[in-house]
Formats: sequence, C-alpha cells, structure tokens
Amino acid sequence: MAGVTVATRLTVDRARVAAWSQDYGVYAAVGVLLVFNVAFTANFLSVANFRTQLVEAAPVCIVALGMALVIGTEGVDLSVGAVMALSAALVPLYLGYDTMTAVVVALAAGLACGLFNGFLVAYLGIQPIVATLALLVGGRGLALVIAHGQLVQLYNPTFLSLGTGDLLGIPISVLVAAVLAVAAGLLVQRTTFGRRIVAIGGNRAASRLAGLPVRRVLVGVYAICGVLAGVAGVLATARLSASDPANVGLLMELSAITAVVVGGTPLTGGRIRVLGTVMGALLMQLVRATLIKHNLPDSTAQMVQAAIIVAAVYAARERSSR
Amino acid sequence: MPAEHQPVLEALGVSKQFAGVKALDEVTFSLRAGEVHALVGENGAGKSTLIKVLTGVYQPDAGALRYRGAPAVFHRPTQAQQAGISTIYQEVNLVPLMSVAANVFLGREPRNRLGLVDTARLTAMATELLADYGIDEDVRRPLGELAVGAQQMVALARAVSTDAQVVIMDEPTSSLEPREVQTLFGVIDTLQRKGIAIVYVSHRMDELYLTCDRVTVLRDGRLVHTGPLAELPRIELVSMMLGREVGDIRAHGATGFAAEHGRNFAGHEREPLLRAENLVSGRRLAGVSVDVRPGEVVGLAGLLGSGRSETVRAILGDLPLDGGTITVAGNVVPSGSVPAAMRAGISMLAEDRKADGIIPNLSVRENIVLAALPRLSRFGLVSRARQDRIVRTFMDRLRIKAAGPDQKVGELSGGNQQKVLLARWLCAQPKLLLLDEPTRGIDVGAKAEVQALIDELAAEGLAVLLVSSDMEELIDGADRLVVLRDGVAVGELAGDQVTEDNVLAAIASVDEGSR
Repeated sequence: MAGVTVATRLTVDRARVAAWSQDYGVYAAVGVLLVFNVAFTANFLSVANFRTQLVEAAPVCIVALGMALVIGTEGVDLSVGAVMALSAALVPLYLGYDTMTAVVVALAAGLACGLFNGFLVAYLGIQPIVATLALLVGGRGLALVIAHGQLVQLYNPTFLSLGTGDLLGIPISVLVAAVLAVAAGLLVQRTTFGRRIVAIGGNRAASRLAGLPVRRVLVGVYAICGVLAGVAGVLATARLSASDPANVGLLMELSAITAVVVGGTPLTGGRIRVLGTVMGALLMQLVRATLIKHNLPDSTAQMVQAAIIVAAVYAARERSSR
Repeated sequence: MPAEHQPVLEALGVSKQFAGVKALDEVTFSLRAGEVHALVGENGAGKSTLIKVLTGVYQPDAGALRYRGAPAVFHRPTQAQQAGISTIYQEVNLVPLMSVAANVFLGREPRNRLGLVDTARLTAMATELLADYGIDEDVRRPLGELAVGAQQMVALARAVSTDAQVVIMDEPTSSLEPREVQTLFGVIDTLQRKGIAIVYVSHRMDELYLTCDRVTVLRDGRLVHTGPLAELPRIELVSMMLGREVGDIRAHGATGFAAEHGRNFAGHEREPLLRAENLVSGRRLAGVSVDVRPGEVVGLAGLLGSGRSETVRAILGDLPLDGGTITVAGNVVPSGSVPAAMRAGISMLAEDRKADGIIPNLSVRENIVLAALPRLSRFGLVSRARQDRIVRTFMDRLRIKAAGPDQKVGELSGGNQQKVLLARWLCAQPKLLLLDEPTRGIDVGAKAEVQALIDELAAEGLAVLLVSSDMEELIDGADRLVVLRDGVAVGELAGDQVTEDNVLAAIASVDEGSR
C-alpha cells in the first residue's frame, strides 16, 4: 500500500515538474546563465556586451515570433531562412530608389512567400513540413538567381543605420524585436485572430464546426511568419553591410524552432508562449556566448544547445503523457 | 457431424476490460466452417473488441479461443493471419503506390531461377485471380488509382489467396457501389462453397438477410442472442440490438424531460424554421428530408450508420451535399459551409465531444465564447468584460461545475464538458440547435439536467433537431420523430404515434425499393 502511494505521488510530482519546467524552465535557465556569467566571466557586466548579446539574438527572436504562431496551429515553417535570403537579395535592387522602397519590397516578398505557404497548407491541405520545404529549397535558389549568386556590398548610410544605429540608446534591431514581441503578445492574448490561432491549434475539427474561418486564419499566420522573416532578412543585411543571399539566414529555421520549443510552446499546437519564445532565443544566444567567452569552440555550444532541446522536448512529452 | 458444422473458430466466455469498463463480458461466439455469420450491435456493443480478440490485436482478460478444434492463443495480429484468419477493414490496409499485382502477392511473390521477382508470372497470376472478383483492370497499375471498392476487392482477394480459413469483414459494403456489392455477394458465395467461414459485420438489415446464415447480437459487451438468421423476424433483431422488448411500453418519466413533453406541442401550424429537402451525400445520405418548427424538438431515430449524424452534419454544412436544399426561415443556406450555416442561425453539438468539441488546453471561458468571438470583440480586440459577463451567465444557468472560468476544459468531467459545449452553442444565439448524442457518456445527474435544458430551450422557441441512440431520450424528448434507414427517411411519427413499437417497426420495415 505504502509503495503504491509513494509511486503515485512520485508520478504526480514528475508531471508537475515537467509542467513547471516547460512553463518557466527557460526563465530559470536564462537567470542561472546570467548569474554564472556575472560571477565568472570577465567583462560580462558591461553595456557593450549586453548590446552585443541582444543584437545577436534579435533576428532569431523576430523569426521565432512568427514561428511560434505557426507552431501554435500545429504547423511549422521551414522556409524562414530562405525567405530571409530572398528579402536580402531584393534590398540592393531597390536601394537605388530609397531605403523605404527597398524595405517595403523586401517585406512584400516575405508576405508573398507567407501567402504562398499558407495557400499550400490551408487550401491544398499539404502538410506544413512539406509545403514549406518547397520554399526552403526554391526560395534561396530564387534569391541567388536574383542576386546572380553574388554578395553585394551596401553603402547607403540610411539603410545601414538599421543594422548599426541606435534609437534612444537602444540598437534599432533590438527595438524592432521588442516592439514585435509586444505586438505578438497582444495579438495572441487579446485579439480574436490570436484566440482563433490557439483554438485551431488546440482542436482543428472543433474550430471548424464552431464556424471559425480556419483557412483564412492559417493563411494569415503563415503570412505573418513570412513578413517577420523578411524583417529579419532586412536587419541582418543592414548589420552585415552586404546582401549575401547565399549565407544569410542559413539554418535559421532550426534556430527559430529551437527558440520556440525551448520557450515552452508545444509542437502539438494549441498554446503559444510569446515571452517564452523571446527568452528561448536569448537563452540559445547566451549559451553560445558563455561557452565562447570561456574559450570553448562553437561546436561545444552546438552540443549544449542540442541537450537543451532534448530537455525541452522531454519536458513537453512528460507533461502531455500525464 | 458433417464437416461444415464443425466450429472453426470459437471464443469461449471471453471478457475484456478497459480502464475498469467491461467491453466484453463473458461472450461466447462460435463460427462454423462454410457459414456467413452476421455480427451485429449498436455503439459500444463490443463488436470491434470481439473482432480484435479473435484476430490477436487484444488478449482476452478471461476466457479462451479455440481454432480448428484446438486451443489457440494469438499474441500478435500476424499470428492470427498466419493461422488463416484474415480481416478486411473498412479502410484498405495495402500499399497504394505499389501495383495491384504486387499488393496481392506482397511477401510471397513468385520468383524466377535467379531468385528475382518473376514479374510476368506475377502479373498473370494476379490477373487470373482478380477476374473472379470482378476486377478486369490492368494489374500493373498502382493500387491507389483504383476506386475504393475495387481496392477492397483486391484486399479481399489477397486475404483469401493466403489460404484463409476465416475471413472477417468489417462493414465491407460501406464504400462499395451497388454493382460492387453484387460482386462481393458473389465472392462470398464462392468462399462459402469452399468451406471458408465468414464473419460479416454490417448495419444494413437488407444485406444481412440476403447473405448471412446465422447471427450473433451483442449489446453492452454481452451476448444477447445467437442463432439462425432467416427465421428471426427483423423487428426482433432490431429490438435485441437496441435492448428494447417488443410490446413493452415503458412508463414515461425515466428521463429529465417533462412528463407531458411532446404530447402538447401546439406549434404544428407554424411555418417550419428549417426545411431540409432531399439531402443526398455520396453513399451516406440518399434523400433525407426533415422540417423543424420553432419551439419543436424533432428526433432522428435509426440504427448506427443509418445517416442520423450525417444528416445533422449536412445541415451544418460540414458534409458536402450532392443534392438537396436547406432553408432556414425561408432563406436558402449555401451547402458545404459551416460559417454560412452558423450565420443562418444553425449550431451543432457534435457527437464526439473530445474530437470535435472541446479544445482541452483552453479555459472554460474561451471554450464557451469560441463561436461568438466576433460578437464579443471590437475592432478585432477581445473584450474581457463582455466575455466575463456572458460566461458567468451561462456557467450559472447550466450549472457548470468548474473551479472558475479559467480552469482548463480538459480537466472537467464529461458532463460539465458537455455543458460547456452547450453554452458555446447557445452563446452563438442559434435559431436551430442540432444535438448529436447530447447525453452520451455523461453521468445520470448531468444527463437529466441536459434533457431538462433541451425542454426549456424549446419552450423558449428554439428549434431542436435531436439525434440519440437512447430510445427513451428520443421518445420522451421529441415532439416528432423521423426514422432513418440506410440514408433514407423511412417513416415519420408524431404525437401519440411516438412509441417504441412504432419506431422499431419503422426501422425494421422491409423497403420494397431497396437493392
């Protein structure tokens, strides 16, 4: 009898620990890393260093916000890196007019890619992983065709300030990421569109029978994800002072998915953690920075990141198998 | 005893429990060589559990199997298959991208001297074999290109050609064209003459009486009857399936409906709110018409698979229509669009609460307001205050027991989940409420409450179309009953005609025009 009671309590506790670590593990991990670095890493506690970390994390964070919405519908968007390349390739072609035009065109390209993905998923019923694979492969190809396969140096100071400039003492890319994160949070929590995203991810059949415009919502979600990838592409290009469609956003889809999952959004949909996603992006950046500052190679960082992903997925599994 | 009367496969006192619920309770089943044995029963009767025990998918908790005169234990489905027990499921379990011939001989392809697959012989053998099953297609085509019926024939041909002694067919005609059904019956005849035993699961009375020699009826996991089919009157078979005695008129009042309900409905002269005329959808609906007036509860009666759920789904626009019209208050509702139907004032409580109803991760509040979000928002922003007011109202009115509006719906009991869903549909302010099995799987107290609520809503002028397998619920709750069979309305009962006897008689009636 006693054994049974203990066993029950243990399983209950395990489920609760799993739930807690899925919800708050990422905050705890970021906190621990910060404390560790403050104590043991030279020159960590400096404004310059914080700026670097945030600027590094901003593009991943922006893409991950869109990815979180897509994953919330039980989907995934593998094309985000390629979309970044596409928007990067378009920037130098339109920079001749002015910065505004170039940025708008780049974002429009992201929107078009998102609409295309959404159409494949929502109206043709293709599985998201396959539907977005098409652009993952084709998008970068198209970007290289547009750019004739070349890296283009950029000199327009207005455009470059997007990557290097400040506003109110904060790097513009960080500011953009912060504004977008707040917007995404409001979207998910407070708008009908956001609540519908979560409902569709939680039970698509029930949402359809409740008369929700399931297809339109899905197209909208992929469109947002595409635009956000476009934003990231523009910012990355500005920071690099060059349009480099061959390399910009490479493996971004995996970094974004990682940030989302580590942030506590389950891959099975029906729950979107916006702040968790931001923290997930920061955590991955901090891990890498910490290891590099302690003279460990990038490959070590990758292995540590892999361990974090496994831990996050395990927590999600423990929780849902309860 | 002649060989064909030897039992080839027997289940002796087999029991099987799932999470404390008895799916099979000491069921004995005996299948003789060369017979076609009908296995019938309503939802939850235990048919599929029994089939899974016979084919090694489940191990029985108690009881034993005997196969060809010796005790048998099947640990895995493959063991049963190798022993000669084949199952043809509704969905075809073959490889759609491989050729028809390759599918038939998958795993036992003819080889040539080099040990490679002898394609020429494979094609010839498959062509010859399939001719007997009415398939004259090129067997080199991928299986997936064939019609579903033809695929099923291929599955059958494959099963039989593997030296099957027993073939279990689970609703084999559900996706077949009438012509294919005739071919199937021909094949069944041939198998029977070869001494192969067939278990035939179907809800279609006409087919059962045409093809089957004996019948076993299960209900609530127990064996109700087993014996020759031809001498069993249809009405008795139906009453055994439903658990109702013919001539046993039960006193009203066992449900939560008002005692006088349905006997004094005064709105008969009112214009119908809903007119659904001649609904046709694939093989599932073959011309169903039903009217519902404001304040009226119309019940849809019929056996499993008779088209009750399909009818309400078609009215909601969830099932595409091949024909027929739906009007609400005189306006035609475009078919095949749930949002359009909901704008016209139609809501549906779906049969499967978990799959089609609740969103388990969301709160009670969000589940309730889901269908009414636009009305509770301004410029796309959700108004929490308005939500709270309406959610509070419905939680009180339906007596939803939850820790609060923020509790996750997945954590509530079945009865409370059902009430949350009812609140969701009422929140959408419908004129017509479609209820598909509103009290299935909820406890007695909640059941009575839901039934009382249906009464109350109708009294307030809501039109209700009620689907239920619970005969008492239908008889007590409905003002009028439409009886369906095989996707066709075969009778309508109103007022004092609404009795179990009449319902059973209508379900069992022989339709002259049937295939």
